[in-house]
Amino acid sequence: MAHEHKLEIFRGLVKFRSNTSKIWGVLVFLSIVTAIEVALGITKPAILTANSFLGMKLLNWIFIILTLVKAYYIAWDFMHLRDEKSTLQRAVVWTPIFLVAYLIFILLFEADYIYTVFRDGFVKWDF
Amino acid sequence: MDTTVTTGADEPVWGGGNRPLNASYGKLMMWFFIVSDALTFSGFLAAYGFSRFKFIETWPIADEVFTHVPFFHGNFPMYYVAFMTFVLIMSSVTMVLAVDAGHRMMKNKVIIYMFLTIIGGAIFVGSQAWEWATFIRGDYGAVETKGGRILQFVNAETGERAAIADFAATIPGERTQHESAKGLWFADESSLPTFTVNEVAEGLRANPNILIRTEQITAEGEKTLLSRPETLDRIKDAKYVVEGANLVRNEYGSRLFADFFFFITGFHGFHVFSGVVINIIIFFNVILGTYERRGHYEMVEKVGLYWHFVDLVWVFVFTFFYLV
Repeated sequence: MAHEHKLEIFRGLVKFRSNTSKIWGVLVFLSIVTAIEVALGITKPAILTANSFLGMKLLNWIFIILTLVKAYYIAWDFMHLRDEKSTLQRAVVWTPIFLVAYLIFILLFEADYIYTVFRDGFVKWDF
Repeated sequence: MDTTVTTGADEPVWGGGNRPLNASYGKLMMWFFIVSDALTFSGFLAAYGFSRFKFIETWPIADEVFTHVPFFHGNFPMYYVAFMTFVLIMSSVTMVLAVDAGHRMMKNKVIIYMFLTIIGGAIFVGSQAWEWATFIRGDYGAVETKGGRILQFVNAETGERAAIADFAATIPGERTQHESAKGLWFADESSLPTFTVNEVAEGLRANPNILIRTEQITAEGEKTLLSRPETLDRIKDAKYVVEGANLVRNEYGSRLFADFFFFITGFHGFHVFSGVVINIIIFFNVILGTYERRGHYEMVEKVGLYWHFVDLVWVFVFTFFYLV
């Protein structure tokens, strides 16, 4: 079994002394990210909700990006993918990313089409 | 190049036993399971996104639905879910610490950390049960129109939501719940709402400061508030009184919202529950010294993978159900 751990995170910006201190460091980072998410979710700054990018509010983009950041650190440090061979990392990460991106693309486009049908078509639903 | 998958010439290629990915059979199978389970959850969340995009202008606003914290009264959007998220991340941390202690063959530390992980999981499942109970009970009540749209009520003076119990009139009536024992033996109905549509409509007419709030989301991202004449006109469409949530209708808005809530958080809660059960089994195995005799704690590592995966899924559920 592989006992050696890679101890630096943020591309080598922070290097921990031991695996245990790395775990606590990642916890602190994840807690900060969650706190930012909750704070943004409660305050909902007007500048982020008023502007949108690619049809989605900036606030929601921030939430999704922060979620992916959290997912990365959970997978890399808690599930210790960081210590695995890159073949295993790629098999685990890219398979779902490819399939899920495809699924989301198809379903959301279709849903948006149905939304326009409900809105513009001769369908009475609000009665 | 650690990317290259080759086995050394001295290893048997087809006879088994070689590890091109440098992971044991059991660990690799756990990864296979996790990837397929991740796809299942992605399917659910994508389906949620589908329904939400379909009804993008009428979808309930999560901040207004999940506002409760146990033992506290008032409006606290999201605090409790944030607490649950933190509990789950924390139990993930104790799990990694257990795996780490296992690598160093420190049995007592593994026991302590596994125990803390189980406690964290139990707190999370309990919180989720409470969240469900609150969601099912509901708080303000609403009416549903003939077309299946939900109308909620707002106090015009304070701008706060008005509960139907606060303004509904009392009209004496004979209507009781139909039970199969009392009428047709092959027919019964679920429990009746506290108020009838007539009582709510009468109360609305008698209270000039109650307004109707429709599902429609305005450009500012808030629900549409009708004026008093519009309110009086709209209440004529009311068909049912809805209190709380079930799989058919819910007082928060779109029916699909409650369905997806029950399905996705339920499926995730079931994963947490099974994770706790598996953790307990491994916990006792550690106490009994099974892995000490085996010479390694890889089993702890494998359930650890599953446990972190449950945490990982929650991170996404949290975002897409409560934040976005």
